[in-house]
Order: sequence, then structure tokens, then C-alpha cells
Amino acid sequence: MAQKGDLRYLTKRLFRDEILASQIVNIVRGYWELLRSKGVEEVKIMNFCGTHEYTTTHYGIRSILPPGVNLVAGPGCPVCITPSFYVEAAVKLALEGVTLYTYGDAYRLPAVREVGGCRSLSEARMMGADVRVVYSFLDAVRDAAKHGKPSVFLAVGFETTCPAYASAIANNLVPENLTLIVAGRLTPPAARFSVERVGTVSGVIAPGHVSTITGAGVWRFLPEEYGIPTVVSGFEPLDVMIAISLILRQIMDGEPRLQIEYSRTVTMEGNRRAKELLARVFDVVDAAWRGIGFIEKSGYALKESVSQYDAFSRYGMREPNRSEWSHDLLPGCICGQVIIGAAKPTDCRLFMKRCTPGTPYGPCMVSAEGSCSIWARMGGRGVVEEVL
Amino acid sequence: MGRVSLAHGSGGIETSHLLERLILNRLPDWMKRLGDGLGLDYPDDSAAIPIPGGYIVATIDAYTVSPIFFPGGDLGKLSAAGTINDLLMLGGRPAAVLDAIVVEEGMDMDDLSRIVESMISILRMEGVCLVGGDIKVMPSGQLDGILVTTAGVGYASKLIVDKNIRPGDKIIVTGPIGEHGAAILAAQQGIKSDEFKSDVSPLTRLMLPLIEKYADHIHAARDPTRGGVAMALNDWSKSSDTMIVVYESELPVREPVVNLCEMMGVDPLSLASEGTALLAVSPEKAGEVLEQIHGLGYNEARIIGEARSRTSSVGLVVLKTLIGGARILEPPSGEIVPRIC
Repeated sequence: MAQKGDLRYLTKRLFRDEILASQIVNIVRGYWELLRSKGVEEVKIMNFCGTHEYTTTHYGIRSILPPGVNLVAGPGCPVCITPSFYVEAAVKLALEGVTLYTYGDAYRLPAVREVGGCRSLSEARMMGADVRVVYSFLDAVRDAAKHGKPSVFLAVGFETTCPAYASAIANNLVPENLTLIVAGRLTPPAARFSVERVGTVSGVIAPGHVSTITGAGVWRFLPEEYGIPTVVSGFEPLDVMIAISLILRQIMDGEPRLQIEYSRTVTMEGNRRAKELLARVFDVVDAAWRGIGFIEKSGYALKESVSQYDAFSRYGMREPNRSEWSHDLLPGCICGQVIIGAAKPTDCRLFMKRCTPGTPYGPCMVSAEGSCSIWARMGGRGVVEEVL
Repeated sequence: MGRVSLAHGSGGIETSHLLERLILNRLPDWMKRLGDGLGLDYPDDSAAIPIPGGYIVATIDAYTVSPIFFPGGDLGKLSAAGTINDLLMLGGRPAAVLDAIVVEEGMDMDDLSRIVESMISILRMEGVCLVGGDIKVMPSGQLDGILVTTAGVGYASKLIVDKNIRPGDKIIVTGPIGEHGAAILAAQQGIKSDEFKSDVSPLTRLMLPLIEKYADHIHAARDPTRGGVAMALNDWSKSSDTMIVVYESELPVREPVVNLCEMMGVDPLSLASEGTALLAVSPEKAGEVLEQIHGLGYNEARIIGEARSRTSSVGLVVLKTLIGGARILEPPSGEIVPRIC
């Protein structure tokens, strides 16, 4: 962990510095005034990572930006977009006596249909099922190897989380009794989907950690095909604010391109080893996103050569295909719109009424990375501007 | 009504809602309090029963913690200190405690005796009597180890009540926040580090001199246990008709705690302290009170914010962030669970 005196500590301090922040805010305001004088009324900047939305809300970044600069959260939370059928399958297996592993936020993710009276793995656990929350896939690997009972890991995640699955499988670490429900997804196809649907995106803050793996190059299509200024950003508040200023600058110059703000860790090429592992273990297939439907070439599926790790085939189940998939949000829930940035959490009539972090109704209220949960827990409701 | 979930017991919004539905709605007003004392009609650290010349203050709490032995303390110390602190926060002088211990069949006798010894040694040190109690054993598997309930009784000549906070009051915190919660979180996650140590301790040496000298200027006192500083300040704002503004740059949070919280995706402001107090003090005496607190050995005490007149219909806490932004500091909600990435 970062301690006083070491470089990570200093970097963190630097990227949270109040004086630097006020200087960047001045730059942003300057750019914004120029844009306004050219007749621009609003810029909509979208992020594709729950941690960016966290940083934005947690540090109150919206409250110090000019009112016309709008920050919007796009699909950036792997738990929120995990289709209901995976949860239903996991609950079914758990109730049948299979030991079920997953992460702390996925275990509370509610399904749209009840299985055996349970909507989530946490409810299955209350009914006596053996559901174990782990911090990493390797914890599950070790635990399952120890007890030897039939076990399944609900493997959600983006490009950041999936290399851990790939590495364990490629290195033959996964015991015979443990299989995976592979729900891994790729972010660039969802970004394409979102900017096409929302239509008016003027800039993109691209995810820093995903890009560490994939390389920033995967975002080139945004400026090249859609003319959208794109900046790969880190996760400290000043990272996000610098990214905003770079985007405004690009809009001003009329030259949309791909920039890396998070040059501390991100390169154009990414992590070659992680990419090789992913390619060795997974095929990239058309896949369902919760509340949205199928997006082309947006999901990971185990290759034929490692299909013995697939929970669906081990337990005689099958993923629904495009024609079998059905809308998987509960009535009234607008998470599908929130996920692609077409609606704000506060646009939902259920927000903080029927749907709260303690009793989540929609998937975006479950994970610490979900937009609704972030807004609920950190007061992202526009109220603060009114009272100060 | 569904099922009881862990979130209902986390000390946040869900706990308040459950209590309201389960208990408060069932009580007619006359049952909620005795005379002009304090009771369930008004959530505070302890209850108060009026007697000639002052009040009997009383409190009860059930304590569970996993692991039962943690860096800086154990369940016994936690239950004794927690009960003493609840009495102090209402302006009371702790006098006596009663305990009820429920223990699981098969528990190590040495562990049980260590916990009881630890509880009694705190009471002895503080001059508090143990005047009654009970012990029960549950069959193996029906209880996770041990549950200790302690009730405390004390005497107050003047009550310190949350609703007395006024616009202008300075908010003082007497030490680094989230220390107990961080120590428990680290222990539960198997993080072995000397950096994390619970702050669990009785606040008698701090509070009794302050109560004596500044009773008229300390408008509210609270030990931010479950739900942390975020819950305590939200309670204050709601019960006092003020808005509370807190400066993130002034919050004493130790670096390892910040790092642990970032790693686990939790907010230090919602982690429990067990030996730290929050005080709301009139602005003209705040500097003097702070000096006195420093003099009592609480060197890291600081003014972290102030109460202001309310500009909204409901009570709110506003956090001015490190980078000069602002956000609403919500009361904690949901279960604290580690996140995926």
C-alpha cells in the first residue's frame, strides 16, 4: 500500500491537490467561454467506467464545472450489465446444492425472474444455499480445490477482470470440480452502441484500467468514425478534470483525436501478455447486456478447447440466443437507459423510493460501480448546487 | 414484509426504517418516554429519566463482532467501552453496568474468560460497578460464537441533546476517524498489518472534564459507532433543523485507512469509531474547547466543519471535497461488501 514518501503516495497527493484543481477549473472555464462565444450551448462528455463516475460524484466534480459542461455515465459497471439469465442459472445451481462463488456486489444482483423463491444469490444464501463471496477468482480456486465439492464461479467482469480467469484456466490451476458461468464482456462494442443510441455525445472519457489491458488503440474508432474527442483518463479527480479540459480543447480546435491522459500506466498497445491469455481461452461472441439486448462481438465465451470449464455444459444448461433473450428489467426500472447514458439515475421514478442501496430493485443500484448506487450513496442528485 | 437482511443491522438507513416499522409505530407517544426525559421519541445515545435535580441516564446495546479478538481490543472491551461512551455522550456520569452473555456451546473456555476479564477490567479502571447479569448457552450452530449485551446506568445534572445544535456551532472530532471499522475490515479480509488498530476505549477522561466545564457550550456529543461520522452528522442535521458543512481537507483520516477504504470500495466516513467523539460546540468557545481537548491528550482533535442555517426542507450534510467541489454526504446505506474492481 502507498505510504508517505513513496512515489504512489506523492502521485495520489498531486492528483488530489486543491490548488492545481482550481487552476484546471479555470482552464476548463476559459475553454468553455470560448466555446460559448462560438454558439455552443452544451457539451455532453460520457465516461465508460464506474470508477470514473465514482470519482466524478465522490469529489463533486460536477459542482465545480460550468453548467453547460455535462458529465454523463455510460456503460461502465460489469455487474449492472450482467444479464438476468446468468443470475437465474447461478441461483438454480446454488439451490441444487452447488457451491456458488462470486464477488460481493454480484452476489446481491437481483434477477428479473424468481428461481425457487429467490431473486439473487444473497437470497439463496438466506435460504441455506452455499454461496461464498470472494475477493478474487483465485480465492475461489483455492477454496474449491480444498473442499472438492461441485462448485461454480459466477464470472462477471470486463477486460480488467477476465484475464484472471484466463490465466488460471491457461495455467491449469482450476480444479476439476470448479466451473465458470462466463459472463465477461468487452467495453468498446458497448461504447459504440451507446454513442450511436445517445447521438449527441461531444466527448468521451475512456476507461483507464480497461485500456491498460486492451491498449488505448481500441478507442480509435470514436474520433475516426464518429468524430468524438476521446481521452483515456486515470481515476484521481485531477485525471478526470484534465481529461475534460483536453476534450474541450479538442472540440475548440475542431480536431477530434485519441489522447492518453493516463500515461502513467496506459500505452497504445496495452498488456500483450494479458491479451494473449484472453485470446487463448476465450472467443469473442455476440452477447446479451442487461436491459439492452445483444451487442455484436461484445462477450467472452470459453473456447472449445477449454469447454470442460463451462458450467452451462457441465450442468446441462444453455445460454439463451438472440431470439430467446427477453427484456430483463423489472417493470418501471430504467436501468437500460441509465446504462447507456440516455437517462440519469434521478430520471427514474423508483430512485431512492422503491430502489435503494439496501433494497436494490434495478441492477445499477447494486454494485459500488453502478451509477444509481453511486448517486444514491454520494449525493449525486444536483441538490448540493441548490443548497450552497 | 420480506426477510431480514444484513443491511437491516448495518446501522444505516435500513436500520432506522426497520426500527420505525417494527417498534416505533407500535408505541403510543406516552410509552416512548418518561416525563420530560428522553426516550424513543427521539433517537440519541441514551435514554434519560428525570429525577429531582437531574436525570438517570440509561442505555443498552447488544455487541457482536467478527473476529471477537481484533487488533486493539476484543468483544469484552468493546461492550464495556461502548456502554460507558453512550452514557457520556448524553452528559451522563457512568455508574453501573448489567450484562447478558449468550455463548455458543463448544466455545473455548479460555476465550470466554478472556472476553469477560477484558470487560471487567475496563469497568474496574473506570470505577463502574457491575451490578447484575445473565449468562445463557445456545446449542452449537445456533449462534456464531458469542453475543454480549450490556446495559448502563448513570447520572446527569444536565443533558447534552443532539437537537440543541445551532447554526454557527463548530463540529469537532477528537481523533482520526474510522479506526475501529478499518481494523475489523482488515481482519475480516485477512490483511495482516500493524497499521490497523481499533480505537476502542472509554471516553471518560475526555468527556467528564468537558461536561464539567463547558456544559452550556457543548450542544451535542456523539460517538460515531455504527454508520460512522456520516450517520452521526446526518442524524444531527435532521434532528436539529440545521445543515452541516464538513471540509474533507480537515478530516483526520490516517493514510493506511484511506488506502484500505479505496481498496475495498468503502468510505472512511461510514466506518465505525469506538473511542472517538464528535462534538458540536458554540463558536465563541470552540477554540478553547479544542485546546482543552488537546490538553487531555487527544492531540489530533480538529474542527472539521460547522452547522449552518438550513436552506433545504430536510436535514442535509454537505461535504466540501478536497478539490474544492461539494457533494451531499449521504447516510450510509446497504451492507458493506468488497467490490469487484
